Amino acid sequence: MNLQSDQSAVLRTYSPVTCLQGIAGGSLRYDLVIRVLARVAMVLALLWLCIPAVWAAQTTPYKLDIGRGGECVKDPQWMRQNHMHLLKHQRDEVVHKGIRDDKISLKNCIECHASTKDDSVIARNDSFCVACHRYEAVKIDCFDCHSGTRKSAWLQRNAK
Amino acid sequence: MNDTQNQRRSFLKTSLGVAAVAIAPGFLLFDVAHGHSEAVSAKVRWGMLINTESCADGCNDCVNACNKENGLSGGTLPTDSQWMRKIEIKDISGGHSLSLPMMCQHCEHPPCVDVCPTGASFKRADGIVLVDRHLCIGCRYCMMACPYKARSFVHEPLHDQNPDVPRGRGTVEACSMCVHRIDKGQQPACAEACSNKSILFGNLNDPDSEIAKKIRTVASAQVRSDLGLNPGIRYQGL
Repeated sequence: MNLQSDQSAVLRTYSPVTCLQGIAGGSLRYDLVIRVLARVAMVLALLWLCIPAVWAAQTTPYKLDIGRGGECVKDPQWMRQNHMHLLKHQRDEVVHKGIRDDKISLKNCIECHASTKDDSVIARNDSFCVACHRYEAVKIDCFDCHSGTRKSAWLQRNAK
Repeated sequence: MNDTQNQRRSFLKTSLGVAAVAIAPGFLLFDVAHGHSEAVSAKVRWGMLINTESCADGCNDCVNACNKENGLSGGTLPTDSQWMRKIEIKDISGGHSLSLPMMCQHCEHPPCVDVCPTGASFKRADGIVLVDRHLCIGCRYCMMACPYKARSFVHEPLHDQNPDVPRGRGTVEACSMCVHRIDKGQQPACAEACSNKSILFGNLNDPDSEIAKKIRTVASAQVRSDLGLNPGIRYQGL
């Protein structure tokens, strides 16, 4: 007996088909059914794994409280990408040159976007600044110094 | 000219008129709505003349107004921010005593600006010496350089600041001459609160301003004038 026929004998003994034949009582038909069922189950399992991804893609990742909202200084998509440049530019203009543009200012952002419930852009997880910045994992330190409260509400609270 | 043309003409005239009326307030109110749109200039130099003769002994109205306006705690510990404080000075041999408020003197040549390594401490064109807290790293060189001990360091995290006066931990701060009020055309809080009208605020560069006229007519002195810093705060009767 040559080496080739020896190898084929080993393969025959340990092939999955032979194993399944053993479990299904040796019938070739049962064996086929089980193989098909196993494949279907595997496909279903993979599909089931995809469900959370599809569900997540369909819903918004966060619920944002935009406060009073209304028309912004630029269109919302532009603001989403560039608000930090506007704020940084105007902060230098204000502090060093005293050019106080009331429209493009952090105070004006807060005026429109502070929540109508608690007059703040930072108080809750869905507050205007917090919701996006938490989702994007960008830490801001603006509010270590600046107030996140609408001026009118702050005045009311500190009227005494 | 036929009737249709006339009608068209009058319609166009009316619509132009209506459009002009609709747009005009927008243009007129633009400056009002947009606040201070021009940079401050060196034509103005803000200053104060403090009358120590009428400043009442034991009166703290100016200090309290400053604390309230800028959201300071009012504490007097070495770790508390004090932008303004009342000091009593006494001529030991003569026995004559004076009470006067001391704060940032808004020097023309401020030593705090000279020593600042980041450019956070700066003098605005109109003579107000400020700290840009965006640039301040809290090294406190300016506090050491100031001959008036006018600056404070914020040691603890702060909450619920005045929206017009941002302040925060890890930065140095001092009297800003209520720059947010000046830019709105108002007086600093201390000058407004003084019941004896001892603090006269105004433009030192304008010869017709009340403060410039008074400085020309009454004797006034700058504290530590020997240092040649030319402070914007002057004291009458010192």
